[in-house]
Amino acid sequence: MDQSSRDQTCPVTPRLELRGITKRYAATVANARVDLTVMPGEIHALLGENGAGKSTLVKIIYGVVRPDEGAMLWEGQPVTIVDPNAARALGIGMVFQHFSLFETLTVAENIALGLGRRQTTKALAAEIVQVAARYGLTVDPHRHVHHLSVGERQRVEILRCLLQEPRLLIMDEPTSVLTPQEAEGLFAMLRRLAAEDCSVLYISHKLEEIKALCQGATVLRGGRVTGHCDPRQETPTAMAEMMIGSTLPETRRDTAASCARAVCLGLRGLTLAADDPFGTDLTDITFALRAGEMLGIAGVAGNGQKELLAALSGERRAPRADTVAILDRDAGLLDVEARRRLGLRFIPEERVGRGAVGEMALAENALLTCYPNGYVSHGLVRFAKLRGFAADIIARFGVRAAGIEAEADSLSGGNMQKFIVGREVGTDPRVLIAAHPTWGVDIGAALAIRQALIDLCEAGVGVLVVSEDLAELFEICDRIAVLHGGRLSPPMPTAGTTVEEVGLLMGGMPAALTGPAAAAATAAAYAG
Amino acid sequence: MTVLSPVLAVLLSAIVAALIFAVLGRDPVAALTALFLTPLNSLYGMAELGLKATPLLLCAIGIAIGCRANVWNIGAEGQFTIGAICGGGVALAFGGSGAPEGGWWIVPLMLIAGVAGGMVWAGIPALLRTRFNAHEILTTLMLSYVAIQLLGWLVHGPWQDPQGFNFPQTRQFEADALLPVLIPNTRLTPAAGLALLAVPLASVLLGRTLAGFRIRVVGLAPGAARYAGFSERGTVWFTLLLSGGLAGLAGICEVAGPIGQLQPVISPGYGFAAIIVAFLGRLNPLGILFASLLMALLYLGGEGLQISQQLPVAVTGVIQGMLLFFLLAMDVFIHYRLRFASATSAVADPAAREARGNA
Repeated sequence: MDQSSRDQTCPVTPRLELRGITKRYAATVANARVDLTVMPGEIHALLGENGAGKSTLVKIIYGVVRPDEGAMLWEGQPVTIVDPNAARALGIGMVFQHFSLFETLTVAENIALGLGRRQTTKALAAEIVQVAARYGLTVDPHRHVHHLSVGERQRVEILRCLLQEPRLLIMDEPTSVLTPQEAEGLFAMLRRLAAEDCSVLYISHKLEEIKALCQGATVLRGGRVTGHCDPRQETPTAMAEMMIGSTLPETRRDTAASCARAVCLGLRGLTLAADDPFGTDLTDITFALRAGEMLGIAGVAGNGQKELLAALSGERRAPRADTVAILDRDAGLLDVEARRRLGLRFIPEERVGRGAVGEMALAENALLTCYPNGYVSHGLVRFAKLRGFAADIIARFGVRAAGIEAEADSLSGGNMQKFIVGREVGTDPRVLIAAHPTWGVDIGAALAIRQALIDLCEAGVGVLVVSEDLAELFEICDRIAVLHGGRLSPPMPTAGTTVEEVGLLMGGMPAALTGPAAAAATAAAYAG
Repeated sequence: MTVLSPVLAVLLSAIVAALIFAVLGRDPVAALTALFLTPLNSLYGMAELGLKATPLLLCAIGIAIGCRANVWNIGAEGQFTIGAICGGGVALAFGGSGAPEGGWWIVPLMLIAGVAGGMVWAGIPALLRTRFNAHEILTTLMLSYVAIQLLGWLVHGPWQDPQGFNFPQTRQFEADALLPVLIPNTRLTPAAGLALLAVPLASVLLGRTLAGFRIRVVGLAPGAARYAGFSERGTVWFTLLLSGGLAGLAGICEVAGPIGQLQPVISPGYGFAAIIVAFLGRLNPLGILFASLLMALLYLGGEGLQISQQLPVAVTGVIQGMLLFFLLAMDVFIHYRLRFASATSAVADPAAREARGNA
């Protein structure tokens, strides 16, 4: 396989070379004889679905984890990286998917903590501004982190790495928290870095991005390398098939227009203060979800999604009963159980710890939300019926588990999500709310879950999907709205809008969409 | 390991106890025999075992149900005391008031008063937790001391027996305000039957009812409980009231049984020992039954040791404490494995969990 993807007149030593890296844990082999080569100034993609071993490999490179077998060569010399300090000393920087920033400190203070240098904050602030300008980033070193958007916080993490003059920058799923416009800005910065001879190792599962950005790619599946390729010359479908090892099934969607049917879930001017000092207040949220329709709510995390979902599910009551309507009943003051009795179902964002109890068996986890639907009689649980339900879920959704008595903890993320989806759709739902339904889930399970949601719509259930994954929303939703800063844009038909337009809304709301004319239009749509 | 851990803890405690006896200059074998075996070799001894196990069992079941919901009732001793006071008050007020055919209603009323008193005393920490987020470990514990002082004041003052030679005690309860004796020539009362009944009832509650499911979910995953619509507040109230009621029942059964009156000290620390019993029994009603019998044996054996070996009463407390200590130590090995290897390759089981979360 041709590794070097640039014309070279003389042989160039790779910046980083991994040979035969193997890492085993008690139950699994996370990496099996992985070979990876990153050339100087190359943006190299590490591709694979969730569970393929990308995170472990990258932790080995960064010194968080030690490999069991294999060798690492840095600029042609064998090295053993004992901990992240050693990695940083070599010139390896890493931006993690989940940031480690203290919200109550300023940007400069956070960066100082990570650098461990003896330098005054003022000198550091000046240096931060200088380095940022060099890469086209704008940042105010004296702002407190809790005021920053997620995209801005990521920039702080990146700056922390840049200040140490890295020769290799590792980025773990960086665009999962960015709007499309912010992602473009990130790519421009990465290209500038690469031009300065810094290599970039880019971990992602988003094939369109990798095609646009990277010059080389290594594909992992099940801990092994299944291929190397040049993304500029491969199609996304071919790369996806390398990732999952077989041809992709298509999601089937009947695009018959859903004519004006009854409203099954409606919000009228919901205004709710966040109960968490770092949360987002909701302001005047209005929308109407019709039966048989899939409505998507796009938005970067941290713009009020948590608060909106809590208000819809019943974990937080609305100020007035008629603020929330479920199937023509005023449900604003009803609690979770009452809303479920009306036919509302909810797939939460977090799986174990919220959607399921890790230490309990699958059969009991099924009871967690089906208890109002005939599984309890005179206070006693009907275990035979419950076990039948759990077994049915496992069979219908292909959940890979050691039976209905398996603890929820023992399932992989994708299988747990399939079980939760199966539980929520298995008790005659009328309205389904799905929060990030395929986040962190392998492709096979993601397709199955999306198909389940589509099938529900075709059966007349109204589905609301809250997600950061624009590609997914555009693929399955009939209409899309954008949540930003606690405000919701009027829903637009998916066919009538583009990723760019939605991306702009995700980054900030143009005035035209929140003025009185817009409110009138939304009210009219709701009443119709 | 989950089942083996309590057994190992008992064995280790016995070994250390034998060492202590040896250091104190007593024959370890004789002392261990006096501790574990001698109490059991007569019918009277077995009845005493049941008698001592009853309050332990009742309190421990209540505590265990609370612990499953992450509600820590450390104040069973106080609820026990208040239950005894309330029931005792009814006994003093109405005892002997029945006509010659006897007041059959007095004892049930006493029991109800005892349960109610315990529930009220546990309701105070429940209110403090749900309204003010005050942790129940502190509030229940502090209220225990309040209860004990209250009892002390009552038996020194308003309720003191005028014919009692100025001893701090109430008058003896009348015959119709006492629990009947089940087996002649012993002190065993139907309270033991009530305690035994609590075991299957608690089992059914925890394992087969929706209420029990709610309790377990609130304890294991509060986020999942909110998602499911289970009220954490409701669970706190339910478990504290249940726990307090059971402890109050234990209290009134103790004073309406073997003691027969109210005195300043009505419990050798049953409410606190019950915490050890609950954990020794792995928070499972059947396990708690066995653990309460073991702990009762320790109490009896400890009294026997005082007599036969002239050892101080503190010996019982030391062994009980060691039991809990060794139990917690053995519990570490349920989740972790000990490996002797060089520093760089030492790995514990959590790595398996890490691997699941990573790759």
